[in-house]
Amino acid sequence: MRTDLAVIGAGPAGIAAALAAARRGIRVALVDAAQGPGGQYFRQPAPGLRAEGAAPRHGRRTWARLRDALAASTVDVRPEHHVWCVERESGGLTVHALLGPEQRESVELRADAVLLATGGYETVLPFPGWTLPGVVTAGGAQAMLKGHLVTPGHTVVVAGTGPLLLPVATGLAAAGVRVAALVESTDPARLPRHARALAGKLPEAAGYAARLLRHRVPVLTRHTVVRAHGEGRLTGVTVAALDARGRVRPGTERLLPCDALAVGDGMLPHTDLAQTLGCRLDGHAVAVDAEQRTDVPGVWAAGEATGIGGAALALAEGHIAGRSIADRLRGTTPDADAWLPAARARARGRTAAAALHALHSPPAHRGDGVPDDTVICRCEEVTAGAVREALTLGAGDTRTVKLLTRAGMGWCQGRMCAPGVAAVTGCPPAPARRPFARPVPLGVLAAQYDRTAPPDDRPRPEEGPS
Amino acid sequence: MSESLTCDVVVVGAGMTGAACALYAARAGLDVTVVDRGPAAGGTTGAGEGNLLVSDKAPGPELDLALLSLGLWAELAARHGADIEYDAKGGLVVAETPEALDGLRTFADAQREAGVTAEPVPADRLHDLEPRLAPGLPGGVRYPQDAQVMPALAAAHLLNASGARLLTDREVTRVLRARDGAVCGVRTPRGDVHAPAVVNAAGTWGGELASRADVFLPVMPRRGFVLVTEPLPPRIRHKVYAADYVADVAGDTAGLLTSPVVEGTAAGPVLIGASRERVGFDRSLSLPAVRALAAGATRLFPFLSDVRAVRAYAGFRPYLPDHLPAIGPDPRAPGLFHACGHEGAGIGLAPGTGLLVAQALTGKTPRLDLAPFRPDRFPRPAKEAAR
Repeated sequence: MRTDLAVIGAGPAGIAAALAAARRGIRVALVDAAQGPGGQYFRQPAPGLRAEGAAPRHGRRTWARLRDALAASTVDVRPEHHVWCVERESGGLTVHALLGPEQRESVELRADAVLLATGGYETVLPFPGWTLPGVVTAGGAQAMLKGHLVTPGHTVVVAGTGPLLLPVATGLAAAGVRVAALVESTDPARLPRHARALAGKLPEAAGYAARLLRHRVPVLTRHTVVRAHGEGRLTGVTVAALDARGRVRPGTERLLPCDALAVGDGMLPHTDLAQTLGCRLDGHAVAVDAEQRTDVPGVWAAGEATGIGGAALALAEGHIAGRSIADRLRGTTPDADAWLPAARARARGRTAAAALHALHSPPAHRGDGVPDDTVICRCEEVTAGAVREALTLGAGDTRTVKLLTRAGMGWCQGRMCAPGVAAVTGCPPAPARRPFARPVPLGVLAAQYDRTAPPDDRPRPEEGPS
Repeated sequence: MSESLTCDVVVVGAGMTGAACALYAARAGLDVTVVDRGPAAGGTTGAGEGNLLVSDKAPGPELDLALLSLGLWAELAARHGADIEYDAKGGLVVAETPEALDGLRTFADAQREAGVTAEPVPADRLHDLEPRLAPGLPGGVRYPQDAQVMPALAAAHLLNASGARLLTDREVTRVLRARDGAVCGVRTPRGDVHAPAVVNAAGTWGGELASRADVFLPVMPRRGFVLVTEPLPPRIRHKVYAADYVADVAGDTAGLLTSPVVEGTAAGPVLIGASRERVGFDRSLSLPAVRALAAGATRLFPFLSDVRAVRAYAGFRPYLPDHLPAIGPDPRAPGLFHACGHEGAGIGLAPGTGLLVAQALTGKTPRLDLAPFRPDRFPRPAKEAAR
């Protein structure tokens, strides 16, 4: 199938871009792995739950506006498309996606332009007990609540760092869960330094603070979880205070009984598709210009993929990308003045995001305190001790640590453990190359080869053992 | 921070070949320093499958080096086998047509003459060796000497066992030459390392390093992709590939066309490798290349169709125009020794290469004739020479 624009990711950025482009006469296909549009931010209860209205209040008016606009638009919404690769060919771009929950069959979507609105994923730094049942990511707890209207436990500790912890804690409390504590490693004394940049976020933060107070959620700042306890199931966590350099202050440990821990240490952009396309990265994020264009012709990016910044920023970036794409596909040079309000919102959003990022950077030295017997990579069951030993064997970066220990070679391809490996080894965290954005059956790849030509004309590529 | 060191020999390159050179040089009593511009095993060593093969080699100098090396690998495995995931699994080469089987049998006969163990396998015995192999294949040849190591672990552990000083993150910017032309060490941004001998084990970067000693060695990259599946219970026992033999237009010898090698690993994933392309140092994914790998692998093992690939990675084989490595002293720069250009066979050929280099370093008669591997066998192109 062929379209003008393929938008990958139906979160705030993808929807905003799809709407902006479709309104200007562009044929748009909006693909997403989930069962419906919304992304993580506007995640809706699964259709079978018949729970419209029971969902958390979070952004409800914005969602209603986007949902209705999408329904009234010409955008071709394609749920349950798991994109595993975007390929550049002479005639444009081809999006390869596996279908449905089975992910056995692959479809191809050809487009003149692609917008990568692939969002972000959570990072969690390791601590003893972090693999116990009952320990979930903060975003995972939020997804359970939004998508399935279930909570991870009766008594929950929410811990880590970052702006996500507030809505998770208040959301859980509003759903009737006892939130034993909100444990934030950031020092609130650093807040005034960023107050100006965060001015726009203050009403939202104040709202969360009021709700925390109303639900009597204790807030522990400059604290961290040092250990999760339990035999086969979480029974509590030990938290401790941090000194100015991010080290645990001895003697401050205390036990908080709980049956669930929702933990998150910030987010990272999803850049697998962008990297395979050859897009330049800026740190961990896809680098874009003022029109949200990447350096690969025909490829735009918006939202968390270009830097973690939240839904408001994603909406602005998506809108700008959609308008730029519409103009560029028609061969006209966009007039940036036409989207001035969105550009202003983007500038404010980026300033606030930079401040939040500086405020919530996980404590330095956090990896030093991880005991040698703690599992860092769950897929391959690699401990902190094994990861440290790789350094003595001559590893100098996270890639060679992976080669020598298998940490990051398993099913998740390091998405879960790479920040932990970097923290424990002191190696600079670097975005790994993942040519396939998700696992793809060999039969799918083989069928694509067999289809290229009749057997006798098929190119016989050079391959073999050496 | 600058430092100055003195030792007997500087090995440039902390990959598999550098590790083997360091090990055998240290065993010969030399004080060795290994210098690498990155971490240990960071180049082609970290991007290969760890094939230790005789099955794919025609009689000649490369096969002699492979036979020497496989014997040395078995010795090394006696001490380090578990650490380096050594597995003497053997190879199974199958034919997909009766004509290909004739070619394979003839090839194996010649290999046997040269000292290779090659056991013909009739069609009705193939599935005893590999139960999941596709039906209807006319036969094959088993090569019990083929084996495997995990190459990054092998390089790291053998470097460690050598006791050599390892200096990572130090790019050699210059190979130092005395007034009489003799090599006297290397320069790095963090200090000089003085030594009367320098070994070029820089892999695909070996040509560039040679030029920093003012000698010409045309090492070029040949890209390969390896496909890695999700972890599986053990289902593939050997290194398995299909071979076809076609008349080589350039001469009267038979040219070998092979399918990708399919094999299980100790850790569970199946490796499918590898493609060969001359595209410079371009690391970006080539879907056509990985599609061809998947097609070749599923043809041999139909059950793989439902198995998922979790990743693919590229590596760059260092090759020289005649597809033989450069091993031994360089008469153009006294004190400079080469150990690079092994194309896709560097892991397998490393111990033999290391032993030969150590023998050359200590003035002993090398176990193999080094003439076919002479580093000065490629004339500098006229354009280059004029510069």
